[in-house]
Order: sequence, then C-alpha cells, then structure tokens
Amino acid sequence: MLHIENLRAEVDGKEILKGLSLDVPAGEVHAIMGPNGAGKSTLSYVLTGRSGYDVTGGTATLDGEDLLALDPNERAAKGVFLSFQYPLEIPGVPALTFIRTAMNAQRKARGEAEITAPAFLKLAREHAAALKIDFEMLKRALNVGFSGGEKKRMEIFQMAMLAPRFLILDETDSGLDIDALKIVSEGVNAMRSPDRGMLVITHYQRLLDYIKPDKVHVLAGGRIAATGGPDLALELEREGYDKYARAA
Amino acid sequence: MSLSAALRSGDVSLLPGKRDEDWKWTDLRGLLRVLPATAPALDLSGLTQGPFDALADQRQVVAGGHESVSIDVPADSKLAVALRVLSRDGGALSGKVAIRVGAGAKLRLLESYEGDASAYVTDTALSIVLGAGAAVERVVLAADGAEGVNVSQAQVTLAPGAEYGQTVITNGARRQRIETQVTHPGANAKLRLDGLYLLEEKRHADLTTVVLHQGVDGATDQFTRGVVRDQSRGIFQGRIVVEEGADRTDARMRHNALILSDKAEIDAKPELLIFADDVQCAHGNTIGALDEEALFYMRQRGLPETEARALLIEAFVGAVADRIGFEPVRDIARAWAAERLRG
Repeated sequence: MLHIENLRAEVDGKEILKGLSLDVPAGEVHAIMGPNGAGKSTLSYVLTGRSGYDVTGGTATLDGEDLLALDPNERAAKGVFLSFQYPLEIPGVPALTFIRTAMNAQRKARGEAEITAPAFLKLAREHAAALKIDFEMLKRALNVGFSGGEKKRMEIFQMAMLAPRFLILDETDSGLDIDALKIVSEGVNAMRSPDRGMLVITHYQRLLDYIKPDKVHVLAGGRIAATGGPDLALELEREGYDKYARAA
Repeated sequence: MSLSAALRSGDVSLLPGKRDEDWKWTDLRGLLRVLPATAPALDLSGLTQGPFDALADQRQVVAGGHESVSIDVPADSKLAVALRVLSRDGGALSGKVAIRVGAGAKLRLLESYEGDASAYVTDTALSIVLGAGAAVERVVLAADGAEGVNVSQAQVTLAPGAEYGQTVITNGARRQRIETQVTHPGANAKLRLDGLYLLEEKRHADLTTVVLHQGVDGATDQFTRGVVRDQSRGIFQGRIVVEEGADRTDARMRHNALILSDKAEIDAKPELLIFADDVQCAHGNTIGALDEEALFYMRQRGLPETEARALLIEAFVGAVADRIGFEPVRDIARAWAAERLRG
C-alpha cells in the first residue's frame, strides 16, 4: 500500500524530513508518534502535496503509484485523505455542498459517474447519525463557527463520506473531550478494512487506546527512529521521547 | 462639475476629475477629450427582452430619443418596474428618471444598464422619493461595454417608516460610477445599501454612496463586496453622516474585496461622520487575496484548484446576492455574477 523510501523534504530551506522510510501495508493501522517539531505534520503535508513543503529526495508511492508527482486533488482522487490537525473554515459553502462537490470531483477524476442527490443524502444521513452530527449542522458553512471538537467530527464525517483508500489522521485527538474522542475513534475504526491503510499521527498515547495500531513508529529528527508493536506507545508514554530526541 | 452639465453644454472642462475630492479615483476629465454627439433616437419596437422584463408589471426604457421617464406609484399600491438604460453606437445619453412612491406603496425597481461595445457616454440622474411607510427594493444590474463610460446618480429621499433596500451588481466599464445619495429622516425608516463589483481586464467600477441621517431612530445597513482581477480597478466610497440630534441611529458599513491579480487595484474610502452622541455605528473594510490554506484544504478533498477557487469566490459574492429580498431576482443576480466569475 503506502511505501515511503528515504524521503527528504524541506520547508523554507530547512530540512525537516531527513531520509524517512516507512511501509504501511493494506489492512494495517500504523501510528506515528514523536516529539513536537519532529516532522510529523510535515510528513502529512508532504504526502498530500501542500505547497511550501519541498521534496528534495526519496519516493512515496501508493500501490506502486508515485504520489509526489501528483497535484493535491489528484492524490485525493487516488484515495489519500488527510484529517487536518486544524481543519479550515470555508465561509459561505455549506458542508453538504462542499462534500458533494468534492465527492463528484473525485469521481470525475476516476472516470466514475456523479452520485445522485438522493443517494448522496441517504449516505450523509447514515454517516451523520453514526457520528452523532446534527443534520442541520451540515447545512451550515463548513466549519465556520464550529467548536474544535465539531471540526474534528466533521473531518471524520468527510472521511466516511469520501471513503478513501488511505487515511492520514494528524493529531485527530487534539481538542477532543473523552466522549467526542470515543465517537471519533468509533468512526475511524468503522473504516478499518483489509484493503485500506491508515497512518495515525499523534503526540499522545491516549488516542491509541481507542484506535489500536498494528505498529508504532517513533519519528524523531526527521527519520523513523524506532518501530515496534502497541507496547512501544505505552513505553513512550512512560519514558517520553528524550532518548530518541537525543539520538537524533 | 458634473457629467450632465458637461453633456448639456458640450464643455469638457465641466467634467468631474482628479481635482474633485469625490471623483479623484474616477477621473472623467482626464479621460474624455471630446464628448460624443447625442445618441440618435432608438427604435423601441424591435427591442429584445431585458434581464428583468419577465418579472415586471411595467417596462420603461431610457435611450436615445427617450431621455425622460417618470413613474408614480399610488399610495398603498404595488408595482414592479423593469427600467432599462440602453447605451448604443458611441452616442451621448443624458437620462432623467423621476420616481414617486406613495405612502404605504411598494415598488420593486429592477434596473439594468445595457451597453454595446462602442465608446458611448451615458449619464442617468434618478430621483426616488418614498412616502411614509413606503417600501422599495431596487436591484441594479450594470452590464456595460468595456469601452463605455457610464455614470448613474440616484437621489433617494426616505420618509418616516419607509424601507429602502438596494443591491447594485456590476462588472464595470471603461469608467463607471454608480452613486446613491440617501436622505434619511430617521423615524424608524430602514435603509439597506448593498453592492457587488466583479471586474476583469481594464474595467473600472466606482460604487459611491452618501447617507445623511437627519433624525432619531434611523437604521442603515451597508454591505459591499468586490472581486478584481487582471488590471481592473474597483472603488468603494461610502459615507454615512449622522447629523446632530440624530440619536439612536444604527449604521453599519462593510466592504470586503478580493484582489486576484498583482495589477488589479482597490481604492476604498469608508467614512462615518458622527455628530450625534447616542449612536451605534460600525464599519469594517478588508482587502485581501484568497485564503491559500483553505484552497489547499479543498484540494485535499479532491477539488481541482480552479474549482476550489471558483467555489470560494462564488460563496464570497453570494453573501451579497443572498440579501436580495425577492427570490427570482436573487436567482438572476446570482446567475449573472456566476457567469462573470467564470469568464
């Protein structure tokens, strides 16, 4: 599924990713943990093609296809979804309109037919109910005036609607109270499937109590400094990132 | 100094220009070295439909040979008028429109400026007088040609309890100014003054408003947005004067503009002149580019860049169009704007 090899990237001329290699096979959930400034968010932006994040070396492929050569929207159409740490407000564009436009743009890029209005609304009602999102909220401008928790829930709602093949969750737990965390995690877990991969980026172990990873990687100094099973997250929670930060 | 005086006398030195404070950004004197000949009479029998004809009870045309229009709306009656100002063939047109709206009457004034590709010069002076408790919604669609010069000046006089709502939508001209001056008696009269300019290439649009609050308990709500690209130039001059004693005035003015090119220009001059003590007045003025972070977010969800930009701009513009009270007119305004944005 996702294969990253020796990836190097810089922001404003400063190298942040310094030869990062990582494999996430289909059907697995991998967590990326690391201290602040290790390059966690940079990794998510490099994979999704944000401008200002310049790749200076290495490769990133999804099922063998070069992601780095594609525009952000082409990557999305290939099935790459990033749940933003800070979701943006889109004034004047109702959430449902936005998601439907995005869905149809992806479908068009893949050569598929547009979704019909009834089919879209049915899907939206189902997913909104599962995530305990008030349907009226979906008629409001996307994320405008939403609380931090509502924005995160809206990210998961979009993820459920767009049904991507590869999910990147960037600090999805930040700003969530425990009830919201449970709802969001259930939403993410519902998406686990044998043909879907996930990269869960988090600073704290807490989220991994709810979204159980198959593997945990420590990102420090722009590289994967250690890889282990779920136990590694617990160890990091106990001992902190000091030894990795020092080694980097 | 005014275009109408210059057209009347043929004397270009009477044109307003840089030295007139209120015209410094719309310099007609520097632009027009000579004035064109009066537009020949237009045969109205073969006219195509105007944008609002289908929604009107009464159709009126200002054109060569048809310079004066007067509209009387009797007290407590209702009327919808499609008023078209037609600029053709490089001629000079000086139009006069006098509108009286009787007490308690309702008028929907659907106005369009329609210019051809020639270098015409058009001046229209409107007088709109509302009786007590009268209600007017005026929507102006200014579809001028790229070479045209068009000035429209409306004098609006409100009476106690009157309601006046206005939305001007324009894509500019070689030089264009749409000016509205409102005398506001307070006395629970309500004023809404909105504007939208969507400019490209070398087009120029100037939306100027002056509101004089002369008595207690008046409300004004003003909302203008603009989008400029290429080398176009948008001008917003909004002045609200709250005269001495006009207490409990509630006046709000907002102007937001998007600049989509380095060579485009916005000049904005919001002014609140307050001589009363007990008032609520606010103004906000923002000029900026599209939010790049929002664009990346939208692209990450699968929207191609052009589509993401268009959606953001349409939403930005839609906020003004949404305030038009009558839905069929709102739809026409939105469609017209969408067409200009796609161009």
